[in-house]
Amino acid sequence: MKFLVCISLVPDTTTKISFIDNDTKFNNDKVQWILNPYDEWYALVRALELKEANGGTVTVINVGSAENDQVIRKALAIGADDAIRIDATGELDSFAIAAEIAEVVKSGGYDMILLGKETISYNSSNVGGMIAELTDLPFVSYASKLDMNGSTAHLERDIEGGKEILEVDTPFVISCAKGMAEARIPNMKGIMGAKTKPLNVVTPKGIAPLTTVVKYELPPAKSACKMIAAENAEQLIELLHNEAKII
Amino acid sequence: MAILFFVELAEGKVKKASFEAASYASEFASSTGKEAIGIALGTIDDQQLSDLGNYGAKKILHSNNTAFDNFDANQFAKAIAEVATQVNADTIVISQTLAGKAIAPSISARLKAGLVAGAVGLPDANLVVKKGVFSGKAFAYVKVDTAVKVISVVPNSFGAKKGSGSAGIEAVNITPASSRITVKEVTRQSGDIAPLPEAELVVSAGRGMKGPENWGIIEDLATALGATTACSRPVADVHWRPHHEHVGQTGVAIRPNLYIAIGISGAIQHLAGVNQSKVIVVVNKDPEAPFFKAADYGIVGDAFEVVPKLTAAVKAFKASQH
Repeated sequence: MKFLVCISLVPDTTTKISFIDNDTKFNNDKVQWILNPYDEWYALVRALELKEANGGTVTVINVGSAENDQVIRKALAIGADDAIRIDATGELDSFAIAAEIAEVVKSGGYDMILLGKETISYNSSNVGGMIAELTDLPFVSYASKLDMNGSTAHLERDIEGGKEILEVDTPFVISCAKGMAEARIPNMKGIMGAKTKPLNVVTPKGIAPLTTVVKYELPPAKSACKMIAAENAEQLIELLHNEAKII
Repeated sequence: MAILFFVELAEGKVKKASFEAASYASEFASSTGKEAIGIALGTIDDQQLSDLGNYGAKKILHSNNTAFDNFDANQFAKAIAEVATQVNADTIVISQTLAGKAIAPSISARLKAGLVAGAVGLPDANLVVKKGVFSGKAFAYVKVDTAVKVISVVPNSFGAKKGSGSAGIEAVNITPASSRITVKEVTRQSGDIAPLPEAELVVSAGRGMKGPENWGIIEDLATALGATTACSRPVADVHWRPHHEHVGQTGVAIRPNLYIAIGISGAIQHLAGVNQSKVIVVVNKDPEAPFFKAADYGIVGDAFEVVPKLTAAVKAFKASQH
């Protein structure tokens, strides 16, 4: 089975977010870039587990410049067989990224396209659904469980306050949430091997984005926490009613 | 011209988030001289749909076809896109529920219509839309460069604004695309308590509770408030609480009006899922717990003493309101 795992690069969770150029650009300075945790922990690791159980190949794909290569190699160190980087630069939105990946999907003969439920940078959850639509493949989002029986996938998907059990035949696109797999730490053999695994650079089609970020903004500074003595805890309810006006 | 909004159904009812989508679409429509039209797919009583008129919808199109009773994002997106073209909609509004997160990008790609996913406010005069980015640490203002726009709205960010009005219900004939997904089973929590992503009031607890047997006081407080219960990741990981209660970066991201965190230290990954809450209350016996920095109200104290006091105070408050 041929697995394609879409990996995005995001600032590390603990990054202090700031903007430059009059709040129109993200400040890259001193930012530690990591694999988007959901792409790594859930999508990539589950694809590797399925490959280990049933055979196949796991390819990771990223859209971005050569600066991304070092982080892409981490996915190879965790166990992916090879990588594709679509060499696109400039400001891309979810659609442009999805459309570039869709071009690779159309000619790649993949059985399953996996990605995380969202990125921790733009939190949009857009790319999976867009790839599915552009390639006319079924899409299952927020999957928390995935098992294969031949070419049929048995899946669990999160819904509000519950879950749905479903089946779909390959090929399909799936976005992965908690429950799919546990994070893997690359070992020394993986790290050494990653250096020689293929990382193929592909020329982008140059698909135009449909949206533009015109400005960023930090949330207003939080006012100091109002402390209430434990022995007067009941005062909280009065404050929530009269001051915060939420009950 | 019209603003089309998606009416999401669950178990033969309109989901709460769809009333909010109706309010959002209607307010945007009236400021631009357009009409808000809803599209409902699947089995529901038309009587229930007409309630959307109270939130500003002028018309609800309804495809009462059982083929839509099981969710398939591609199938729903195709139907909504088809209707959007029919009614000449220049904006499609969808609540950013779990289903919405799958449908909106499909519609966007199908119509080549720019998508703002996770809007927290109406488009401004230049049609720029504000959305949360970096897991609640910042906002981005996004301009959609296409004539047709898709906007998904974060649940409980805009609010369902009930007024009075009436919406005409019109049957619409859509031939559903054949689904390639087979739904085997759907399980939902029972009862009247709102599921977490839709909850306005949330009482959440963490490792400070010391064990699952101690959750009674948390549930009592939640019941008194009419709140939904939640938990931190470590608590879900050791199965003290069900997986669907886990809020935070890896679990559910929520935006309630009130988030009460009891015995949760406030790791950055937890904050990422709750920092958009309108009011945060933290109860922790450790005065150095990082969560206090993100809180509006804090109580340093033992949960086992503080929480029952809060419950009693809520009950007294509710009694005084009658």
